[in-house]
Amino acid sequence: MFSFCADPSALSDARWFACYLTTGKIANFYLSFGTVLLLLAITAPAALAFGFAGATAARSRIAPLRWLGQSYTAIVRGVPDIAFFLFFVIALDQGFEWIRHKIRCPDWSEPIRQGNDFVVCTAAKLPLSTSPQWVHEVYGFFLAVLTFAIVFGAFAANVLYGAMRAVPHAQLETAEAYGMTHRQCFWRILIPQMWVYALPGLSNLWMVLIKATPLLFLLGVEDIVYWARELGGTANPRFTDYPHGDWRMWFFLGLLIFYLGFTRVSELVLQRLMNRLTRGQATSGGERQRKARA
Amino acid sequence: MSCWETLTDYGLRSLGIGERLLPRGDYTLCKQVVLIGSGMIWNIYFGVLALMAGFFLATTVALGKASENRLFRKPAEWFIFLFRGSPLFIQFFFAYFLFLSLKGVAPFFSPLTSAWLGALVVLFLNTSAYSGEIFYGALLSIPKGDLEAADAYGLSGWSKFRRVVWPTMLRLAWPAYTNEAIFMFHATTLVFFSGFPASQQNGDALYYANFFADKTFNPFVPYPILACYFVLLTLSVITLFGAVNRRLNRHLPAETRQRLRIRPQILR
Repeated sequence: MFSFCADPSALSDARWFACYLTTGKIANFYLSFGTVLLLLAITAPAALAFGFAGATAARSRIAPLRWLGQSYTAIVRGVPDIAFFLFFVIALDQGFEWIRHKIRCPDWSEPIRQGNDFVVCTAAKLPLSTSPQWVHEVYGFFLAVLTFAIVFGAFAANVLYGAMRAVPHAQLETAEAYGMTHRQCFWRILIPQMWVYALPGLSNLWMVLIKATPLLFLLGVEDIVYWARELGGTANPRFTDYPHGDWRMWFFLGLLIFYLGFTRVSELVLQRLMNRLTRGQATSGGERQRKARA
Repeated sequence: MSCWETLTDYGLRSLGIGERLLPRGDYTLCKQVVLIGSGMIWNIYFGVLALMAGFFLATTVALGKASENRLFRKPAEWFIFLFRGSPLFIQFFFAYFLFLSLKGVAPFFSPLTSAWLGALVVLFLNTSAYSGEIFYGALLSIPKGDLEAADAYGLSGWSKFRRVVWPTMLRLAWPAYTNEAIFMFHATTLVFFSGFPASQQNGDALYYANFFADKTFNPFVPYPILACYFVLLTLSVITLFGAVNRRLNRHLPAETRQRLRIRPQILR
């Protein structure tokens, strides 16, 4: 990177670090922060969509749909979510392969579960064994995102369900009195007013989502935890120009600080958003804002 | 091999008692149920000890955060921020490697690098921070009238805290604290996935569930078994904490009592 990096062993500490922190290997570590941010950027809206669908289903007038929504919101209550993460990654993978197997190889006669193996025809493998490495990585990441979206969707469904119930009932009754249909009431009255009640729960969920990102590591994605462990380990002078001892502690300290900073920034942003959303609402927060301005 | 034999062989496998090798091939339902159940011993061990010890530190931290004195308030605030603002998973990793370095300095620290103590310390500090915040919130919402009444009776200092502040704080915090306890037990499943080694494959319930899912390539058996165990654990926590809640609220008229409401607050 820098011109003085030619012979790292002769450098002073500050320059040594300047060189070390700009090597190609460490760049992997920086890129993996991008992976985490990408995961958050995709998962947050996806989970919100799952949650919205779940909450809407849970208050549906059609009983089977209602049961489906309610059990979706209930699954996450009693069981550690890390178990769900580990479960869904394999289950989704097998589910996709099973569906493809049914479509692509209808005349396959052998059972799919043979003892301790899960066997589908080659054309149904996901990704195909002929596809390049990056497809495998993207598929792994996609599975991880879907898993996150399902699990956090259940949490979001809980929050949104509560928020829909928190909208004053008189508002809905008024809308009905004006002759709005059920659908109009839902989209024009309930949904716009719901967000202010949902926001505290959703911001809590965002914090939790941030804090759940290191679990990507368990789903087999090469994320920050993976690289911190890889790069932090003792670097032998025989294999690298930048030998060092066991620095995993410092790498994880870095991650700890990164997460602390990230949650702190989110906290401040969400606080401002909450202030914006409370404006003009018939809640104690909105009332306080009105009085402060008056 | 009958199921009874499996139970005697693997029932305490997670503690290193009984059969030394994990089953190979022929993963019967019975083996999975027994071994995952055996792993639950660790989850209960971590959860119970961390909660019991954390309760006292949490009270201290909450009092510190509510204190007028900056000298007490600032450290408590930072402690809570540090443990609530970062993922437990990263805390485990950091603590493990920290303990490894400490072990290099002085052999005195070597027990900390094994899960039974090291992970317990992390869980203890973590739950103290989370419950500290809950207790702090409760401390702020103690009715003013209760404190004035205590003053009127001439209570002050320790006796006021012991007779009025502390019981009321507990009463107000209890529903949230029950929640915290449930998710504390859930958090214990992270231990063996985060650096702390499972020596001789003595792991917790999720460790064994993951083992079976890897070996049989069939997640639909071990994870539901694990889920059943945890639902049972959650129910017993609710029962136990519900009994305490009734005792804490026994002086109040029935309609003003706080009910336990379990709300998912999830991962740390």
